[in-house]
Amino acid sequence: MIAFKLPSLGADMDEGTLLEWRVKPGDQVKRGDVVAVVDTTKTAVDVEIWETGTLFEILVHPGEKIPVGTVIATLLAPGEVLSPGEIPPARIAEPAATGVSQRRPVSPAARKHAEELGVNLDQVTGTGPGGAVTVEDVIKAAGGHPQDKAADMRRTIAIAMSRSKREIPHYYLSETIALGNAVAWLSKVNADRPVIERILMAALFLKAVARAAGQYPEMNGFYRDGQFSQAAAVHVGVAISLRGAALGGGLIAPALHDVAEKTPGEVMKGLSNLVQRARAGSLKSSELSDPTITVTNLGDQGVESVFGVIYPPQVALVGFGRICERPWALNGEIKLMPVVTASLAADHRVSDGHRGALFLARIRELLLRPEDL
Amino acid sequence: MKISYREAMREAMREALATDPRVFLMGEDVGRYGGSYAVSKGFLEEFGPERIRDTPLSELAFVGAGIGAALGGMRPIVEVMTVNFSLLALDQIVNSAAALRHMSGGQFSVPLVIRMTTGAGRQLAAQHSHSLENWYAHVPGIRVLAPATIADARGMLAPALADPDPVIIFEHAQLYNMEDELRNDWQCDIGTARVRREGSQVSLITYGGSLPKTMQAATELAEAGISAEVVDLRVLRPLDSETIIASVQKTRRAVVVDEGWRSGSLAAEISARIMEQAFYELDAPVERVCSEEVPIPYAKHLEEAALPQVFKIVSAAKAVMGKS
Repeated sequence: MIAFKLPSLGADMDEGTLLEWRVKPGDQVKRGDVVAVVDTTKTAVDVEIWETGTLFEILVHPGEKIPVGTVIATLLAPGEVLSPGEIPPARIAEPAATGVSQRRPVSPAARKHAEELGVNLDQVTGTGPGGAVTVEDVIKAAGGHPQDKAADMRRTIAIAMSRSKREIPHYYLSETIALGNAVAWLSKVNADRPVIERILMAALFLKAVARAAGQYPEMNGFYRDGQFSQAAAVHVGVAISLRGAALGGGLIAPALHDVAEKTPGEVMKGLSNLVQRARAGSLKSSELSDPTITVTNLGDQGVESVFGVIYPPQVALVGFGRICERPWALNGEIKLMPVVTASLAADHRVSDGHRGALFLARIRELLLRPEDL
Repeated sequence: MKISYREAMREAMREALATDPRVFLMGEDVGRYGGSYAVSKGFLEEFGPERIRDTPLSELAFVGAGIGAALGGMRPIVEVMTVNFSLLALDQIVNSAAALRHMSGGQFSVPLVIRMTTGAGRQLAAQHSHSLENWYAHVPGIRVLAPATIADARGMLAPALADPDPVIIFEHAQLYNMEDELRNDWQCDIGTARVRREGSQVSLITYGGSLPKTMQAATELAEAGISAEVVDLRVLRPLDSETIIASVQKTRRAVVVDEGWRSGSLAAEISARIMEQAFYELDAPVERVCSEEVPIPYAKHLEEAALPQVFKIVSAAKAVMGKS
């Protein structure tokens, strides 16, 4: 018997609310399958399972709030058979349905709210008189009061950022990078692509950071219990601002996996997909828990530079400002050049300014030769 | 300064008698006896037999006389000992007082105020204890008031006398000895309901003698973690639907507390209005706490069992919250 526990979906998570099971007892599951949806204070997350086997028993039901590490289901390993004594008696003889069809009690206000919020009433547990579904039940199923949700997220961000500024001695570097080549290369590549497949500069930034982080491992990993451990792969956390009333705004930085190994086109596709799912509230657990370095791109919000706060236990954050045209000296001439200011916030416990400078310079070099990305 | 409901009502009448020569008081035992509930004690000496008039035991006759005086330009206050006895005067009230403005095409109005006690709780048995406010609240052409606080006892009479149409004021017998501070802002309207306690989870809608019980129930509910809002109707006709519906829209649950019998009661009217105007705001069916459908018993324990009580209100409120 394998115990499946609620995983930590990010360093700042200590409890979650189970929203929905995607599997039922008897289903075969394999590593990486999405088995449940769990609400953290930030967003709803698709939880993946890390074992292969047959789902045996569900121990936590939708609506329940549980700490990280709680066993939420049990699995039978492949080939494992229970002896009759191990089978819980209630599960041998399930009472047959009575066959009496009865309309489920749902209060008029709950019905109206469910329609407005797009909540499926079949998945809502009723707590009103006679088990009737009430407005509160519907709001809970929809992820809580938007204002509570926003306040929760604010609190979560506050905790993580306060911890960062309290514990991490940040140092900051910045560099203005000429993007003439990158802009020209993108317009050439995009000329043959349909509008929705066009690559944006943001994808090149992510790619360049991932490649550079692979070469400067002290930027890529986690600082825990007084020790730095470098990460084997580069999963770039992408800072995404959440809009919309249902989520109440806020910020989340899920991982784009193995960015260094992907082509710019694949990175772009992954990025669009990630942003869309982050805003829809359907991120996967692995995406929330394993970014190894974060990139924040405030570019389209109209400022030239951003000096970020490192998301613990990560050790570095790269920021990109707005791309703008500036006079630029090149081969003895002054010409107009699209430029961006890249910045690095890094953890001085793990690296020094010298290595940070080489890392940022490497990002610059990579962006000057986009064809090699 | 703390004063009783009885004193507040007496002050209101004294002020009316002292300031308007058209006002006089008429009824059984209002003069020499000082009123069955001692509201007009001392008035005979103060204002004389012309203006404080004892009547024979004939509700039909003296209510009719009051209507005549009102038609003739006076501002009579007619006291009827209990709502049970007022049934003898129903013909005068319903067929004459309420209808004359309509039947005369607006030529005549009847600026009459009828005060009567109502309600049980004093072991006065089935002929002195009923709550028939809804009988009058059913009839177009009259305004029906139910002061349930010291301020309303003090403040409602003046606008009632100023109203050109008949107004009936119900004084619950259990309220006369209630004491409270009379604040300076006792002047009031006779058109709106009031929220007596703010709450967010259930609206307790009530009036008259049930208000103190309902306030007590709201306190007990708060101790049990339920936030109850208390709406005091004050005016039973015309009903202030707006205040009722606004409260229910906020709390999504309602319990109506009414000492009348359930069938055909004011509670029935209020729950119908909530259903008509706030159906899609409701999180639970409307509950009612009313009197049991028996003539009010004489025996103390049976009388108590027949009436709305704090524990019944608390348990109805818990039921609409899905708790027991």
